Amino acid sequence: MALIDKIKSLEPDKKKHPFLHTVYDGFFTFLYQPATVTRGGVHIRDGIDLKRTMAMVVVAMQLCYLFGTYNIGQQYFMAIGKHAGYFEAIHLKILFGLVKILPIWIVTHLVGLGVEFYFAYKKGHGIEEGFLVTGALIPLIMPPDIPLWILAIAVAFAVLFAKEAFGGTGMNIWNVALVARVFVFFAYPGTISGDSVWVAGLTSSNGQVVTDFGGSGWVLHLFDKLWASLGWSTFGADGVPVDGFSGATPLALAAAGGWDAVTQHYTPSEIWWGVIPGSVGETSKPLIIVGALMLIFMRIASWRIMVSMVFGLAITALIFNAWGFNPYMEVPWYYHFYMGSFLFAMAFMATDPVTASATNTGKWIYGFFIGVIGMIVRILNPAYPEGWMLAILFMNSFAPLIDYFIVESNMKKRLRRV
Amino acid sequence: MNNLKYRAAVSAFLIFLSFNAAFSQSGSDSSLLLSRGLLLFIFLLLFGLIILISEKMLQIQAVRSGIKDATRYSILPEFSSWFRKKPKAYVGEAPVTYLNKGFDLALTGQPKQDLVEARVNRYAVNATDFRGLPPIPKVVVTVGQEVAAGDPLFYDKNNTEVLYVAPVSGEIIEINRGEKRAITTVVILADKKNRYRSLPPFDLGSSSREQIVKYLCEGGVWPMIKERPFGTIASLDHAPDQIFISCFDSAPLAPDLDYVIRGKEGEFQKGLEVLSRLTSGQVHLGLRANTDEAPAMAFTQASGVEKHWFSGKHPAGNVGIQIHHTAPIRKRERVWTLGVQEVLSIGALFLRQRHEADRVVALGGSAFTQTGYVQTYIGASLGDLTQGRLIENSRLISGDVYSGKQESAQGYLHYYDDQVSAIPEGNHETLFGWAIPRIMPSASGVFPNKLLGDISYDADTNTNGEPRAFVMTGQYEAVLPMDIYPQLLVKAIITKDIERMEGMGILELSEEDIALCEFACTSKQPLQAILREGLDLIQSES
Repeated sequence: MALIDKIKSLEPDKKKHPFLHTVYDGFFTFLYQPATVTRGGVHIRDGIDLKRTMAMVVVAMQLCYLFGTYNIGQQYFMAIGKHAGYFEAIHLKILFGLVKILPIWIVTHLVGLGVEFYFAYKKGHGIEEGFLVTGALIPLIMPPDIPLWILAIAVAFAVLFAKEAFGGTGMNIWNVALVARVFVFFAYPGTISGDSVWVAGLTSSNGQVVTDFGGSGWVLHLFDKLWASLGWSTFGADGVPVDGFSGATPLALAAAGGWDAVTQHYTPSEIWWGVIPGSVGETSKPLIIVGALMLIFMRIASWRIMVSMVFGLAITALIFNAWGFNPYMEVPWYYHFYMGSFLFAMAFMATDPVTASATNTGKWIYGFFIGVIGMIVRILNPAYPEGWMLAILFMNSFAPLIDYFIVESNMKKRLRRV
Repeated sequence: MNNLKYRAAVSAFLIFLSFNAAFSQSGSDSSLLLSRGLLLFIFLLLFGLIILISEKMLQIQAVRSGIKDATRYSILPEFSSWFRKKPKAYVGEAPVTYLNKGFDLALTGQPKQDLVEARVNRYAVNATDFRGLPPIPKVVVTVGQEVAAGDPLFYDKNNTEVLYVAPVSGEIIEINRGEKRAITTVVILADKKNRYRSLPPFDLGSSSREQIVKYLCEGGVWPMIKERPFGTIASLDHAPDQIFISCFDSAPLAPDLDYVIRGKEGEFQKGLEVLSRLTSGQVHLGLRANTDEAPAMAFTQASGVEKHWFSGKHPAGNVGIQIHHTAPIRKRERVWTLGVQEVLSIGALFLRQRHEADRVVALGGSAFTQTGYVQTYIGASLGDLTQGRLIENSRLISGDVYSGKQESAQGYLHYYDDQVSAIPEGNHETLFGWAIPRIMPSASGVFPNKLLGDISYDADTNTNGEPRAFVMTGQYEAVLPMDIYPQLLVKAIITKDIERMEGMGILELSEEDIALCEFACTSKQPLQAILREGLDLIQSES
């Protein structure tokens, strides 16, 4: 108990230094579960709290983080045609991925937590844990080469306007992480759509794709000197031309030429395991499913939303299969589970309890329509072959309405008893 | 039941998906198989839908023809019996209400089925226990005065007939006042041998309802009857539409009422007989159908009442849940509720013409060094009851750990309580308490409690986290077996939307029903307090 007394002696005065006190409180409650006891109401409380809930969601994402980090490197090396085997030069791939993802993670948290701390101090309440999950999600849904200043603006925008403007954690209408992404999508579309953004460390100049390590390149060069001195393989130099690189995601290929076009580049099992270009965390399907199952077993995420989303996608895709107007519509319905970020959106985005429907019946409707609308955006939208981000934000707006009607029908049922 | 159906559907779909995944790898031959499989699936779905619809129509028809338990009629009776849980043998042919939602919490320190000795000298009647009684009732005794059991202590100036009486004989030693001079407790130093105020004999058979009511008031047992909605003392001028008595308590560390009633079958039956004269409807008993042994004969053999069997986890034993599933309270309806021991007091009044406030009280919880049952009276001193049985740094609760009231050793057993719980205080910090794996009672799935099997938890009073805004959904619904959306209801109460509150069923709830939701709440919200605010608001508006 000596340590805790020392920490407690650091506590700043709440009146004199309110901001410092907020920060202290945030860190103290991170270190220790406080000694508060129940007063009035129940005498015992469930062991679960928001910190643990949020921490468990972050834990469920860790496999995606691990694989995403590896895949950033894997995609780079596949593009430059070196160490294309999955198990070759893993240390290089993971280091390459870390150099890309760590700055994204740090910037996201610095900006997001900064805003969060400031508002906690302004409103005089404890620091809420909502940003833990948002901050863990944002790096996973961004392309690996996202410029950090764009990321910073997007995170600040999302936390300010999608969360704090509504009153903080638990009050927001739209999924904060998705608002950050949608901000980049509409404000800086060149950095988050197209064929060239999904593989890190490449840039195209005058029609020629060349390697470009960007701002964090010095770290890689530093390590290159070490590898070279040991006589090992290196990351390579800036500005090396890359030939025969396409970088197109399966969805972009499918949009252009149907499933046949996809199979010319990727095998189904490659798409399934996730060694394809894409946003950092959404490529590996089995690992997302592991995370989703974890959340279902812990009863943190709603299985109703997940199951109804699967049904929504399957039914809409079947209808498109039957319609068969263009090759994209003819992509077999089950391959829509493989391509794109459906599973990631299902496991981590749509199930956000704050923005989803609050009633169990509502969750079925909410999830189903995300499935339907996401497929419609994916297939019928000529510019952009993916739909989950927009579908979820759209249904986020409708979730309160769904709940309203369900409660209304419950109220009518009760009145009918009279 | 519903849960089972969902699970079956989900697993079928997952199996189906995995087949697809397997076949989709192996080329175009499989697409034929796949589409056939899909057709079969759709066919089965349609077939199921037709069955389901015809089943519902049959049941609607059954209800129209005036059959009470329509769920027993089915177009495929054999088939549906596979899914139906088999009731215990002692239930016989009677219908059982299965409640799937809820949460049973096993705490250490389950009260042992033994009577333990406790020398209780002081008893108190707490005026704040009676909802509907104004804060300053007319006190008719003075300090130092001798009273007999059944002598009036105070009464409501606007409702002079209802007497609040002494549970034991003795000397009045304190009349305590709280905030704004409101009367709190009237304390009696008990005589060694209880003296009773004797009442005139009463002929139940030939008396009118008014005479019975008058006798109940005179005998001092009227405040034992509570009225829903709002949980006030039963009103004299309105006959209740129904009377409900729950014959089991499902709360943690609750007394076993089968044990409590042993040897008091006569009083119980007499009490029921009296109560059935008071209502225009029925007296309903809620019985437990999920124990291995049948409930006590006093409950199962009770006559002149309607019995309802319930099987499920806590709060299945709460009378509010039972009312919801048998005769939900409609607007402008009144339902009276009583505990089993209150019925015994009423029965004893008519059998022996005196106010018997005997209570068998369960002492349970991990802060007790000795658990068990105590034979005492209403309002017993908690210090006397728990003398030498408590560990240091513990919390004493009159009632159960969900909805009981915190008391010190100077406090008294509250009027309607038949249970004293004691658990350790949780006033200590835990390093990384929110992150490290721990064994804690939890209705959520975050702790691996399911893997541990049937263990008892040593819970303390730590809040296990800080209060937050509502984030999780579906948590309250999972532990409240009612057709109510508690979280949205709570939001309606916070925004003081009376019409919505009423529509969403606030009048069917009382604190004890929603207490489990409060326990399970991730955001540590004070739901019982919020609910009472809403009820008070409605009561003051009407």
